[in-house]
Amino acid sequence: MRPAGGLEAALRRRLESGGKCLVPYLTGGLREDWLEVVRAIAGAGADAVEVGIPFSDPVMDGPTIQQASDRALRSGATPVSVLDELATVDAGVPLAVMTYYNIVYRFGHERFARTLVSSGVAAAILPDLPLEESGAWTAAADLAGVETVMLAAPTAPDERLPLVCHRARGFVYGVGLLGVTGERSELARSATVIARRLKSVTDKPVLVGVGISSPAQAAEVCADADGVVVGSAIVRRLLEGADPEQIAATVAEFREALDVLAAGVGQG
Amino acid sequence: MGEPTAEGRFGEFGGRFVPEALVPACIELEAAFRSAWADPGFRSELDRLLIHYAGRPSPLTECSRLSDELGVRILLKREDLNHTGSHKINNVLGQALLAQRMGKGRLVAETGAGQHGVATATAAAKFGMDCVIYMGAVDMRRQELNVFRMRLLGAEVRSAETGSRTLKDAVNEAMRDWVATVESTHYCLGSAMGPHPYPWMVRELQRVIGDEAREQCRDLLGGGVPDVVVACVGGGSNAAGLFTGFADSTAELVGVEPAGGAAIGHGVPGVVHGMKSYLLQDEFGQVMEAESISAGLDYPGVGPEHAHLALTGRATYVAVSDDEVVDAFQLLSRTEGIIPALEPAHALAWVSKERSMLRGRTVLINLSGRGDKDVAQMMELLS
Repeated sequence: MRPAGGLEAALRRRLESGGKCLVPYLTGGLREDWLEVVRAIAGAGADAVEVGIPFSDPVMDGPTIQQASDRALRSGATPVSVLDELATVDAGVPLAVMTYYNIVYRFGHERFARTLVSSGVAAAILPDLPLEESGAWTAAADLAGVETVMLAAPTAPDERLPLVCHRARGFVYGVGLLGVTGERSELARSATVIARRLKSVTDKPVLVGVGISSPAQAAEVCADADGVVVGSAIVRRLLEGADPEQIAATVAEFREALDVLAAGVGQG
Repeated sequence: MGEPTAEGRFGEFGGRFVPEALVPACIELEAAFRSAWADPGFRSELDRLLIHYAGRPSPLTECSRLSDELGVRILLKREDLNHTGSHKINNVLGQALLAQRMGKGRLVAETGAGQHGVATATAAAKFGMDCVIYMGAVDMRRQELNVFRMRLLGAEVRSAETGSRTLKDAVNEAMRDWVATVESTHYCLGSAMGPHPYPWMVRELQRVIGDEAREQCRDLLGGGVPDVVVACVGGGSNAAGLFTGFADSTAELVGVEPAGGAAIGHGVPGVVHGMKSYLLQDEFGQVMEAESISAGLDYPGVGPEHAHLALTGRATYVAVSDDEVVDAFQLLSRTEGIIPALEPAHALAWVSKERSMLRGRTVLINLSGRGDKDVAQMMELLS
């Protein structure tokens, strides 16, 4: 069974032991062996795994995850198939799904929340559902015990961040740059800035995602953030045909970079 | 047709379903538009542009030969005579002026048939702004003349290569651009759709169509209004602009969708491109591809105010087939010497189809654009 208490509890355990959190992402239904990849990621030192339910119009995603969504949809992935398959995995770490709001709306809020619970999913991330529109979903999610991760963007004025953090469950997702998901050659300065701004207003775990492309960049942003979400760097390797062991090796590199940082901080 | 709620809702439709990064920009845009729209200086500057640059007011044309042929009294609101050839210029001049007022020097826009892209590129050239237009790869092939026009006007045209590679995908790409460039860029959305404040703002910028037509009808009809007011609906900006002028009258309002993209006719409520509205989608919420002869109406959603007008019954929404549109395209050309764009040919097609029901009545049709851009496509189809 998965650790009790869901996503935030698992991340807090990592943080309390002096570590930094690592949440890799993959697109559900991308390949036949995607569940094996989930297990491989979990076994390679991830604190949670974020699974994308592919959507036809992913406006927060760059070319890599767009391509993965397209491919998954063309091979017949649906919200039901992804969640049904996830229900068969015991990854040993909490699972979060990322999808777009129309999938949830069409499913029905209560039914989607219940289905997440029965599929063993702890949390949901809906990047096109901002705070002001989130009420109907979060009411259903709270009732069912699903944690709703909220995103905080670099453009948010100071007074907005505490409101976003207050509503966030699981963790606060700091968007590392102005832009869509995808790898970047350098860590954007905005990644560090959003991490600091969020840390100054919340005690909840603050993870930064979007544009975190390498173990070095992950370590760099974790000087301020509690952890990272890594998507396109993993998904690109999946699209290129990397097998689950190779994906595990990639995740392990991120894990190691974060552990080295944490050990350094511990000694310092 | 009044203001939406503070949350940007028309009844249950509308809202602001955008990534967090865009929320402050939408709030800023709403405040900027509200202040500009209440500012006589802004309004007179826009009016000056509409008169001296776009060529407004557009005439109201009584169609005697077509009326004889159909047995229906037909009046056309001639948005085809505007600069750039369609109603799109009304919205774009307003938004470009607003962008300038907000200190944003770059415009991005989506385009389907290319009319909104051409209008945006035109305004960018006029105001000396940078301009990037996103257009589906399929549409770029269908409308290569407009692609050339946009480039001639100094805009960069980028092709949307994912999904159905039509208008909806161009919107996705424009939104992705805006997410990354929001601090310097204004997203010049082309229809009465998208996140609040766009559906309301674009309708207000297009209401000049309805306000003018109301007055022109008053003069022509001895103080009266037409029995029926008809416009084509993709996202729905030309219809929203026209309907606004008649919503408080006895005129019936009819929106005409393409049969292959009838979001109100066949869609169910959903959320995409920042708004809750009727949407063509599968049982899981994946957005479906619209299919229409006209690239400008090839859109699986519809502006939220139209969804609301449909639900409350104030307006009626109908659909016509591609074949009926092609017939109407030829009918108007032959009887009145006016070659319509394929989009307003939908409105004509419905009137022609329903001629017996409409017999003896007065019908106002919004001729939202001219057909030059469609002539090559029609030549191929008809010869």
